[in-house]
Amino acid sequence: MTPTLFGRIQTRVVMILVLGFPWTVVITPFLPNPDSASLDDQYITMFTALLVVGVVGVGWECVYHGLQQFRWEKDWPTIFGLVVALPEGILTYLILNAGAPWDRRPRPGSFDPGSIPLSTFVPMFLTVWIIIWAFTNGPMQIFSLRWRFRGGRFDSNW
Amino acid sequence: MQTPVWSDVDIAQHQIPIIDTPFVSVGGGMGSLAMIDTLRIAGIPAESLTVLSDLGVPSQTYEYLANNSQIPREERLRSDSSSTIDCIWGWPGYALREAIAKRDPKPAIQVFAEPILTEYFTPQAGQVYESVRREAQRIGWERMLRRGVVRTVRRRREGGYFVIHTPSGETGTTQGRIAYRCHHVHVAVGYPGVRMLPDLQAYLTKHNDYARVVNAYQPHLHVYEEALKRPCTIVIRGAGIVASRILQRLIDDRDLGNANTRIVHLFRSYPDGPQGESLTFRRPARRGWAYQAFNYPKAAWGGQLRVQLEQLEGEERSKLIDDMGGTNTAPRADWKEQLDRGNAEGFYQQLVGTLSSIQPSGNGIETTIQQPSGAVATLEADFIIDATGLEAGIEEHRVLRDLVDYGGAQKNPKGRLDVERDFLVRGTESGTGRMYASGSITLGGYYAGVDSFLGLHYAALRIADSLAENGFGSKIGPVRSATQWWKWARNIPI
Repeated sequence: MTPTLFGRIQTRVVMILVLGFPWTVVITPFLPNPDSASLDDQYITMFTALLVVGVVGVGWECVYHGLQQFRWEKDWPTIFGLVVALPEGILTYLILNAGAPWDRRPRPGSFDPGSIPLSTFVPMFLTVWIIIWAFTNGPMQIFSLRWRFRGGRFDSNW
Repeated sequence: MQTPVWSDVDIAQHQIPIIDTPFVSVGGGMGSLAMIDTLRIAGIPAESLTVLSDLGVPSQTYEYLANNSQIPREERLRSDSSSTIDCIWGWPGYALREAIAKRDPKPAIQVFAEPILTEYFTPQAGQVYESVRREAQRIGWERMLRRGVVRTVRRRREGGYFVIHTPSGETGTTQGRIAYRCHHVHVAVGYPGVRMLPDLQAYLTKHNDYARVVNAYQPHLHVYEEALKRPCTIVIRGAGIVASRILQRLIDDRDLGNANTRIVHLFRSYPDGPQGESLTFRRPARRGWAYQAFNYPKAAWGGQLRVQLEQLEGEERSKLIDDMGGTNTAPRADWKEQLDRGNAEGFYQQLVGTLSSIQPSGNGIETTIQQPSGAVATLEADFIIDATGLEAGIEEHRVLRDLVDYGGAQKNPKGRLDVERDFLVRGTESGTGRMYASGSITLGGYYAGVDSFLGLHYAALRIADSLAENGFGSKIGPVRSATQWWKWARNIPI
């Protein structure tokens, strides 16, 4: 991919909304639930994770864009899109577990910030990541012909 | 007929039959295919589109040039997996298709890991030609194609254009003239021709010796055949992708065919160390070769470099194109190994300089090489292969020259056709009719990679969008895009 900074941000936001959101709706009830938390609490936690990936992700995209400047091709190789899941996943979990600023209310005994089960977070995060990664590395172009020429932007300007 | 604008009466007075068609694409090669494919997918019926060409299939000229420059069907082109000329969506790419066809995961793994863990995947020429044939058939190419030679494109007084065409008969002979009266025109005639370096051209003109001094893009198989029969000294000029392929062929013939060829590689400039003015704009160069995967950095096709170039004008734009492109070749490990070995064993020798004289001498050629240090070297060679490119000017093509002389077209800083960001040929508007151009004839405009599969698709999409804004067809939206892709995937004719 050869994203521009604005294209990166647009792609991230659109993909989280179009793929990440419905996938989270579908998968959350099937995720491990070691503390027998209520489905509400599971959903709140998983959507908070998704929100963190979206909001903090804007900062990550700035970092990636900066790193991209040192590449002659000014591209972002396919494999980079997978590898960066590691630092992003770690940071997302740390923020989630510390209690996101907009979600610090205690949920005693289950999915409380400070005790978010990794066994729940990791499958959710990785599946969302891989779905978005796989989609943006190909099938995306079936629906958005101009996306690859516009550096990942969806707005109508060439 | 030497007037810039013609009327219907003018054409009638010359007794030229008129055929009405809304849209004509002149060329019939890969550029026309990309354009027509996009318009067909956008919903324009085949009956509204005419392709004027002397080519039977769109890949014909491409294959001819690739074959001459020693890329037969089984060899790989310098093209990205997703630059699928037969598929405007770019997915699935050539790598995935090759993996499926050969039941071998290697191409798919390569495209996943490129260029970090592996070299870039590039498609086999034959796979590309086969995909072109399939897509042309699917969109009804034969129904739109009119074989023959285009003479002129002129503006029509009442708006739109006349395209004067001499059809070719069943025997391939051309006779008579037909005027295609159309609203919009697309010109994609490819390279106006090959041009030799001036010193080589002077030698050819003086000695009429087209056997020993050859251009890499013209047929020159006799050189390799001769080199297999007896020890030859061959001088190569140029340090681009074609030079790389020619060297590979010569060294393969040494390795596999027991040729005893001595290669002298003459460089005009000799980069040896990273090229570029800053840490964020630097490409590797080593032993005379500047290395990058494709003609330009990838982002020139659709990333930040495309945006940057689009904002520049005139000489500044031309300079960025040169800085991103210029003479360069692909960093392939097998090529590097061959050259390093040749260097060590002495059969591949590099020289920097220019040819100050070329003279016939016995069965060969005597060349004098002027080196930058002032030293002069004399060299007896059997052949000289010019692999410096297809740099002919647009004046060498009659339709293009006529467009500049009578059609209102202008030249850009690189001497090619001056086009807008949407590939409209500036100065050629005719009423509500529009003329567009794509391909190598537009190099120097707002897009660098015009001479590539992906660049042809980009141009086609920009032109189709521009035409839609002018009332011809409609823009391809997400739903149409997806449903048409599904038809493409199942090879359903449209």
